Amino acid sequence: MGGFSAWLRRQRLAVGTSLLILIAAYVFYFVNQAVATSMFSNAWFFAVPLVLGALTGVVGERSGVVNIGIEGQMLTAAFAAFFTAAATKSLVTGVAAGILAGVAMGAFLAWTTVTARMDQIIAGVVINIIATGITSFFYKSGAQLPANMPQWNLPLLSSIPLIGDTFFHTGPIALFALLVVPVLHFALFRTRWGLRTRAIGEYPSAADTAGINVNRMRFVNVVLAGILAGAAGTYLSMEATSSFGRGITAGRGFLALAIMIFGAWRPLRVVTAAMFFGFANALASQLQGVVHTPQQFITLLPYVLTLVVLAAAAGRVRAPAAEGVPFVKGEGS
Amino acid sequence: MTEATSTHTAPRARRASTGERLLDITGLSKSYDTVHANTDITLHVERGEIVALLGENGAGKSTLVKQIFGLTRPDEGRIVIKGDDTPIKDPKDAIRRGIGMVHQHFQLVPVMTVAENLILGHEPVRGGVRLDLEGARAMVRELSDKHGLAVDPDAKIEDLPVGTQQRVEILKALSRKVDLLILDEPTAVLTPQETDELLGVMSELAAGGTAIVFITHKLREVLAVADRVYVLRQGKVVGKVHTDETDARGLATMMVGRDVVLRVDKEPATPGEGVLSIRDLVVRDDRHLTAVDGFSIDVRAGEIVGVAGVEGNGQRELVEAIAGMRPPVSGTIRLGDKDITRSNAFDTNAAGVGHIPEDRERHGLVATYSISDNLVLNCFDDEPYSRHWIRNTGAIREHATALREEFDIRSASIDAMAGSLSGGNKQKIVVAREMAARPRLLVAAQPTRGVDVGSIELIHRRIVEARDSGAAVLIVSAELDEVLSLADRVAVIHAGKVVAELPGDQIDRTEIGRLMAGERRAGRRLGVPPRSVDRSTDLMEKLNDNS
Repeated sequence: MGGFSAWLRRQRLAVGTSLLILIAAYVFYFVNQAVATSMFSNAWFFAVPLVLGALTGVVGERSGVVNIGIEGQMLTAAFAAFFTAAATKSLVTGVAAGILAGVAMGAFLAWTTVTARMDQIIAGVVINIIATGITSFFYKSGAQLPANMPQWNLPLLSSIPLIGDTFFHTGPIALFALLVVPVLHFALFRTRWGLRTRAIGEYPSAADTAGINVNRMRFVNVVLAGILAGAAGTYLSMEATSSFGRGITAGRGFLALAIMIFGAWRPLRVVTAAMFFGFANALASQLQGVVHTPQQFITLLPYVLTLVVLAAAAGRVRAPAAEGVPFVKGEGS
Repeated sequence: MTEATSTHTAPRARRASTGERLLDITGLSKSYDTVHANTDITLHVERGEIVALLGENGAGKSTLVKQIFGLTRPDEGRIVIKGDDTPIKDPKDAIRRGIGMVHQHFQLVPVMTVAENLILGHEPVRGGVRLDLEGARAMVRELSDKHGLAVDPDAKIEDLPVGTQQRVEILKALSRKVDLLILDEPTAVLTPQETDELLGVMSELAAGGTAIVFITHKLREVLAVADRVYVLRQGKVVGKVHTDETDARGLATMMVGRDVVLRVDKEPATPGEGVLSIRDLVVRDDRHLTAVDGFSIDVRAGEIVGVAGVEGNGQRELVEAIAGMRPPVSGTIRLGDKDITRSNAFDTNAAGVGHIPEDRERHGLVATYSISDNLVLNCFDDEPYSRHWIRNTGAIREHATALREEFDIRSASIDAMAGSLSGGNKQKIVVAREMAARPRLLVAAQPTRGVDVGSIELIHRRIVEARDSGAAVLIVSAELDEVLSLADRVAVIHAGKVVAELPGDQIDRTEIGRLMAGERRAGRRLGVPPRSVDRSTDLMEKLNDNS
């Protein structure tokens, strides 16, 4: 298949990095099975909300809308999911409420930035402030989930050493994250929707003159991306922890933006980038008992890493050219 | 291609009318706020016909075609396409009804390939979801073979030269099966060769039955390919003629509304002492390649020296080095007895160099400042425009009012934002500012690019006046005719070097063309036949090309 080998050649860096990580992990696995497995699982555990959050950003920015409100979207979703599940005693309603909250916040962003043509950065900040306000105000302590989220062992796949334990012994949202990445990657680069999405994010007036309704498409994409942010938030309060605390997202929405950039706005690279952060975090927790450093320094690690990575990625990756710019018909031509 | 070149001295034979009206516009009007962009426009286009819309900047040509393509809607009037008078909703509707448009600013996604750009909006898919890129490539190849427009379907747009990008734009329109193709100033960014090629393609398309509406303000192109012309002025159709019934002077007069002196009238130069002296200048471009490679020239007070050359032979870097915007690698630039080789733009300006930059939007103006502020950009810090660190608004406004009058800058007031003006008026601001400083040396790069006939006339006259009052002038222009009509002496630049210096009044166009292409003076022909342009038809030629 010529298409595949050409793709492999273009993506050799991303594919190579992933393979390298995998090989290193397996080498480590044969040295110390228990530690390797736990680190790998920890990394993915940490990476799931980052992947989902970063993909929210990818869909938005590829269509030309900068979304710095991912943090707020995730926080609102985490809140809505947890308290709905607790109140209705149903996990399914909880998950649905979480995703719906993400979508609602997405719709707010879409309405302010696309319809009302508000500054996209300010709109994102507004979302973050609203989310912090609402979730703190309505927060009640003592609520509990009716049950823990189910953990599935996927047949065959889960018995692969290392990878099986990490990816295929999984809760529903982590599995969703795993599946959505290749689907979105394919959609973005190999379908009509993807071509149009990239066009409206790069050069909207070209899309407009080709008969594409730029603003409608931006609106729909930003709203749909809310599903991903909603899933990310829901994962935090229901699947990862079964509890909701104020500010549970702890800056993960912003970390997701860094990962989006590090991942060059490409879903497959985003996963690699998120796993990189996941490993850094897993390493930090492993070091906790061994090295005598205050715990605060260790939890700081992902954020320091963000700075380093962004500095390194700056200038190497290119953002969609029209992101952040509202599209006004007839002005570009 | 050769057909187009050879026809521009003699009007083309009139094409037989096909009688089938593809487009019929009656009583069309469109206003933006208080500006009447189009007033009561009536015109029609028949199948297989090339119709030119001719007019100065801001005459309402673009507004008119935007309405035909559904980008904006008319306030009044009817647009009938192939007998169907339902209003055009949007570009999609226009495309569906057989209208294609090549925009002045290319509507191509720079990071995507040619094939991807061509299918955008009507993508072929396999199995209901997967983009059929293989099919898209095949379509590009088929179209480019059919119309003789060679492009690589897998090339990224941003890697292609402008001329090729335009080919892609035309193919994009053709891929939608157009009956009526609208071209909005298609030659504004093209080299003369690319222009000729485009004119040839247009003739072929028309011969194949496509109707073409063609916006321009270049008279030569109109006379070369169009069958009929509508002349627009201030939003109205002020003239409609067959090209075989008119000439350049007639068209120019209609455009401007008065007789235009298309020829630059000037006395022989009386050069004084040397002002600019460049020796062995070497300058690198943005990619760190040597662009100016041992360039030497002298310009004396009271003379205009033109630098002629095919674009991209180091002209831009040369001008930027003189203006202090780009430090040279080696060599010297002297202004009188002062060495300005390493001066920055501020010091160069202070030393007495006026600079009309090639890219007025980026280097000539601050678009968000008012006209009056733009007019003092080179002297805002000096008396009387600033006193004790405080701006003297009164003096600035007085200065602006005077210059606006003198240079005929057309705007609502001197407080209007510079960015809101038309290209010609923006250019007049830059020219006015640089000339008002009475520079010892004026460096003008593409001083009339994208500027209408009336403004060209004014700018040329001012440049000659500056010379007559003792300034040294260096003109760098891609329009050979501009260089030839203004310069007292012409230096031909090729690959960053002066390959020949010729006195301005005895230049053979064929000869200079060969020099520009890098052939030596004694000139063996390298398979390129000389253009069949004769100096004896000089007046006609000047008339055409100065536009």
